[in-house]
Amino acid sequence: MADLRSNFVGIKSPNPFWLASAPPTDKEYNVRRAYEAGWGGVVWKTLGAEGPPVVNVNGPRYGVIHGADRRVLGLNNIELITDRPLEVNLREIKQVKRDYPDRALVISLMVPCDEDSWKAILSAIEDTGADGVELNFGCPHGMSERGMGSAVGQVPEYIEMVTRWVKQYSRMPCIVKLTPNIADIRKPAEAAKRGGADAVSLINTINSITSVDLDLFAPEPTIDGKGAHGGYCGPAVKPIALNMVAEIARSAETRGLPISGIGGVTTWRDAAEFMALGAGNVQVCTAAMTYGFKVVQEMISGLGQYLDDKDITLNDLIGRAVPNVTDWQYLNLNYVTKAQIDQDLCIKCGRCYAACEDTSHQAIAMLPGRVFEVKDDECVACNLCVDVCPVEDCITMRELPLGDTDPRTGQKVVEFGNWTTHPNNPMAKAAE
Amino acid sequence: MTNSPLTPGLAAARLPADAIAAGFSDHEPPLDPHEAAVAADRCYFCYDAPCVDACPTGIDIPLFIRQIATDTPEAAAATILSSNILGGMCARVCPTETLCEGACVRETAEGKPVEIGRLQRYATDVAMTAPQPFARAAATGKHVAVVGAGPAGLACAHRLAMHGHDVTVYEARPKPGGLNEFGIAAYKATDAFAQREVDWLLPIGGITMECGKALGRDVTLTQLQDDFDAVFLGVGLGGVNDPGLGAANGVLRDAVDFIAELRQTEDLTSLPVGRDVVVIGGGMTAVDAAVQSRLLGAENVTIVYRRGQEAMSASDHEQDHATGAGVRIRTNATPVAIHTGDQGAEIEFAYTEDGPGGLQKLDETFRLRADQVLSAIGQRLHAMPDGLVVEGGKIAVTGPGRSTVAGIWAGGDCTAEGEDLTVSAVAQGRDAAEDMHTYLMGGKNG
Repeated sequence: MADLRSNFVGIKSPNPFWLASAPPTDKEYNVRRAYEAGWGGVVWKTLGAEGPPVVNVNGPRYGVIHGADRRVLGLNNIELITDRPLEVNLREIKQVKRDYPDRALVISLMVPCDEDSWKAILSAIEDTGADGVELNFGCPHGMSERGMGSAVGQVPEYIEMVTRWVKQYSRMPCIVKLTPNIADIRKPAEAAKRGGADAVSLINTINSITSVDLDLFAPEPTIDGKGAHGGYCGPAVKPIALNMVAEIARSAETRGLPISGIGGVTTWRDAAEFMALGAGNVQVCTAAMTYGFKVVQEMISGLGQYLDDKDITLNDLIGRAVPNVTDWQYLNLNYVTKAQIDQDLCIKCGRCYAACEDTSHQAIAMLPGRVFEVKDDECVACNLCVDVCPVEDCITMRELPLGDTDPRTGQKVVEFGNWTTHPNNPMAKAAE
Repeated sequence: MTNSPLTPGLAAARLPADAIAAGFSDHEPPLDPHEAAVAADRCYFCYDAPCVDACPTGIDIPLFIRQIATDTPEAAAATILSSNILGGMCARVCPTETLCEGACVRETAEGKPVEIGRLQRYATDVAMTAPQPFARAAATGKHVAVVGAGPAGLACAHRLAMHGHDVTVYEARPKPGGLNEFGIAAYKATDAFAQREVDWLLPIGGITMECGKALGRDVTLTQLQDDFDAVFLGVGLGGVNDPGLGAANGVLRDAVDFIAELRQTEDLTSLPVGRDVVVIGGGMTAVDAAVQSRLLGAENVTIVYRRGQEAMSASDHEQDHATGAGVRIRTNATPVAIHTGDQGAEIEFAYTEDGPGGLQKLDETFRLRADQVLSAIGQRLHAMPDGLVVEGGKIAVTGPGRSTVAGIWAGGDCTAEGEDLTVSAVAQGRDAAEDMHTYLMGGKNG
């Protein structure tokens, strides 16, 4: 099988699957079990400054979004950073790292935004043997109200400042974890880079209210009749995370900055997608919290099989899709496709018809016998029918070759042409 | 216990009471809320869904399943019951594999349809714990006679009552329900469901139930035409076909009678059944009689059908149910004689062959031991009053149950419309009621 060994900013692990800083990595017991299950690395749940540990709520900490059959699509949490004493965490980290020298162990940190606090914590972790630090500038609940977590991550200047301190007082690789609760993800990434970060990791959780208790009239999770926003994660956030990873990977200012991809990674395929968009490795939390540590075994076998099938290495995969991420204005407006329905696969549910007829372009005909056919002269190739069809590959998009006439427009399919040169664009430049 | 499946002749209590009770318990237990949620999640909410087309009462199945999926089974039940007031019984007795579930696109996709019947039961069971969700419109002053309190008559009466008409239902038997109460297998409608359903739907008001009043015996059609503004006939098929085997010394019995007696027997350990039972026929009545004979403790139960298995009107699901209960199915044989003697009775069959000239009886015969022969070879219409046109053994109707006589409608098994199913009877009763309503509100001679 393909070699899955990973070297992320000098941190080696037997595979690119790390557990993200979160409840699964809160203590020695969990981390040992995770390593035994096959995880390549962990980011230890965020340590805070020395002193009285943080406290957590004693009511529910998680909310959930379910799909069919109560499949967990999204989790929301209001748990804070570790609530265990610093010295206990440090002792356990040292012990675990000594016993598992081949696994990555990165410590997540969050202390008040002043130089002394960062200097102190970096000094405290110095002899744990950990492989690196991850700066938690992401958590959007609780700690952010105290000027930490996403409160820092939302101010690029603070990110740069703290990152600089960390690089000044520690020789460990420094990963800056970014919050998605910001308008342009490139700005904090640029700040981290300016501050000397070795990498960024993203996304942390998204501000969210997952649901409302319609008897209590309070957000869930509800703590004694009240609820606060939490941080959203799990498969539901993956599209948001992929976009943010890609934005950093393709931006001229941050291109080449290593990225640890986080956000709804549930299967090997999710991991491969993050890596194709530029992530050097991935971090996982919700999948483990839903199914247990064993899920990594499917990720390992699946990614290995994929690389073998493609006959590429892990490094070949990283960033391979980045050149194909572009802006809308550069998309080929002369590329014409039409939906086509495979009548042998069609189960005649009519969902494509309902979607197209009620909400799109009235481009599917319902013929006697519940036969559904695409009207090429109406189809704009929106893909909605493909998306709502319950049968995989039953509806596909067929590319019209150059020179064919699009029955909808009556125009021949011609060579590449995008918005920048389109006659309807008042800003159009003459084609080269 | 002194009897066993091996006790010769007819005997009661062939099995211990708990075994009989277990056999006659709910044969398809209800879904619990979790199972219902999982089952409901599988529905694709099809456009113009094929399952709805396949339902004789046209229940909006995707909508009610979505209402279950969103945890509003009461709303789901209202959706079901507004099309089919006997939706609870239909959820239990419909041959769903040939109706809604047979048309389900997931049957096409995976060979495993959404469990529509069981979901319908889930929703209607919830509804049955509360008063019915329907209210009676302001009284119209019109009065309708409904003859027969089976599914067709009940559906018709309920819909008429909803529209504000007064209804008097004449039922020949001592209690209402028709085949739901007297006809179908006991394990399909446990806990007196048929009566509970009637008790639940009648309180809409405006319905007077006159049991023990048979058409032609206690009331005449002419009387009804004189006394009421309209008449609905939902009399079912009161007679049975004769297998032509003579009296047969008490060995031969009609399967419909056998099932009716069984349904009305409180203590099933008191009901005698043969050691060797032979059921003649190929429909659901044959299956119900055969399976229940086994459940009472008959050692050998054989269904014998005169044509090939593919011609049996009992669905594959029903046939599987029978064979799973230990019933043997033999085909292409027709009864020619019952022989009785000191060694017990036997029934003799001639082999048959289906050819271009129809069904041919062959010379070769075989015999089966038979302490009890149950005849389930079809039912027929009792003699109808003069003036009503009967075609092919059924009351002739056009459109929504209009008979050939103005002011008289008919529906259910006594007409040739649809299949002889509870759900078809409900649809016909309901549709006739709507047509009668239009007629009544337009004036009697309109």
